[in-house]
Amino acid sequence: MLKNRLIPVLIHKDGMIVQSIQFRHTNVIGDAITAVEFFNIWAGDEIILLDVTRERGERDKFMEIISALSTKCFVPLTVGGWVDSLDDISDILKNGADKIVINTGAFEHPDLISSSAERFGSQCIVVSIDAKKNNLGQYEVFIDRGRKNTGVGPGEWAKQAEERGAGEIFITSIDHDGMGEGYDLELVREICGATTIPVIASGGVREWQHLVDGIRKGNAHAVAAANIFHYMDQSLRKAKKYMLESGIDMRQ
Amino acid sequence: MIAIVDYGMGNLRSVENAIALAGEQVEITRRPETLRESRAIVLPGVGAFRDGMNSLKDSGILDILQEEVITNQKPLLGICLGMQLLARKSYEGGEYKGLGWIDGVVARIEPGESNLRVPHVGWNNILVSRDVLFDNFDKLPDGHVVYFSHSYAIVLDNDSDTRVIATCAYGSTLNAGVRKGNVVGLQFHPEKSQNVGLHILKQFVASIQ
Repeated sequence: MLKNRLIPVLIHKDGMIVQSIQFRHTNVIGDAITAVEFFNIWAGDEIILLDVTRERGERDKFMEIISALSTKCFVPLTVGGWVDSLDDISDILKNGADKIVINTGAFEHPDLISSSAERFGSQCIVVSIDAKKNNLGQYEVFIDRGRKNTGVGPGEWAKQAEERGAGEIFITSIDHDGMGEGYDLELVREICGATTIPVIASGGVREWQHLVDGIRKGNAHAVAAANIFHYMDQSLRKAKKYMLESGIDMRQ
Repeated sequence: MIAIVDYGMGNLRSVENAIALAGEQVEITRRPETLRESRAIVLPGVGAFRDGMNSLKDSGILDILQEEVITNQKPLLGICLGMQLLARKSYEGGEYKGLGWIDGVVARIEPGESNLRVPHVGWNNILVSRDVLFDNFDKLPDGHVVYFSHSYAIVLDNDSDTRVIATCAYGSTLNAGVRKGNVVGLQFHPEKSQNVGLHILKQFVASIQ
């Protein structure tokens, strides 16, 4: 049967890999290629590489990183950040990515989801949603690297994204991201309930148990984490071992 | 030398890297001469069927492919969309004619269980039948798990000459690998399935020597 997936996320900014803490990226811990080699990424079921550079600048360097990663990567490589057009998607795929993540670009131009799904196939298109609770306890979608509140509910937006042809949803809680308290399970459950496509949970992992909770309590199909895999050798393998011992069906 | 068809669809680099690891010289090409010189051809592909067929036609190599694969019986490996294009037709986004080298059609996956979502994406076990691609499969230490990413799958015609060589379970049974003589197709991505996938590609390379 289909296994749940454990996905390390490499967050790229200005040619370096950084750690995400409530979207203020300050801890630089290495560049993309070094991270892949040093941290034995192969234990991951996929790799997600996100470019969170604040301004859209020269993309050549980022493309080089994708290209280099893809030569060492015999698991699927999903890439996102500043994807705004079919050309952007085509470039990224040409440079070696297997799937694309679209966030702000999808929200601002929802047609991009349908046109890219039509051209490249739904299975290639992952729509990423960042959400935060407001003072009334309702979730709202934020775009533009957490800077702009759309006022739209994430469940509703996820449903629309699916209708337009998204293959998967990548859901991140802005409140939980980098805080080490686990995923926002209520948010993950809401997205899983609102859609019929696979959901990847993101934001907040510090312990292996958080990954297990993401599957068991969040109902996610895949769990992603950025912060916990960049400090220890074998950390990915250990996380997987923990999940397997907890009874989650994973690839060994 | 193994030729990987470049018709503008999909991640050719991954396939190239993976086959090169198997020790064979690889060329990404759409040149008829190179296809003729090759000992085997790989047809990769990521994307939608209609676009795939159009891109294949636009690349101008349909005739040479037909000649090499069907007339000259050159080994051909189709991967993911590349495998689906081998079918008679596909129902993805309409009804579109395929190459017709495999006796079957491409239809949407219907797992039949509400908690199983489409696309079928991630790692799943395959059950394999006797085939050169799966020689020494039992010697692999891990489970036979490979990476799938698709919403449509091949359904073979009844009484066809095409054999199922691998299946996976996803609600219902899905065809993961099919073969008709020198033409073989894999629904999953061996180039993205780490050591299990690399093993299969090694066997493909070994089988064409």
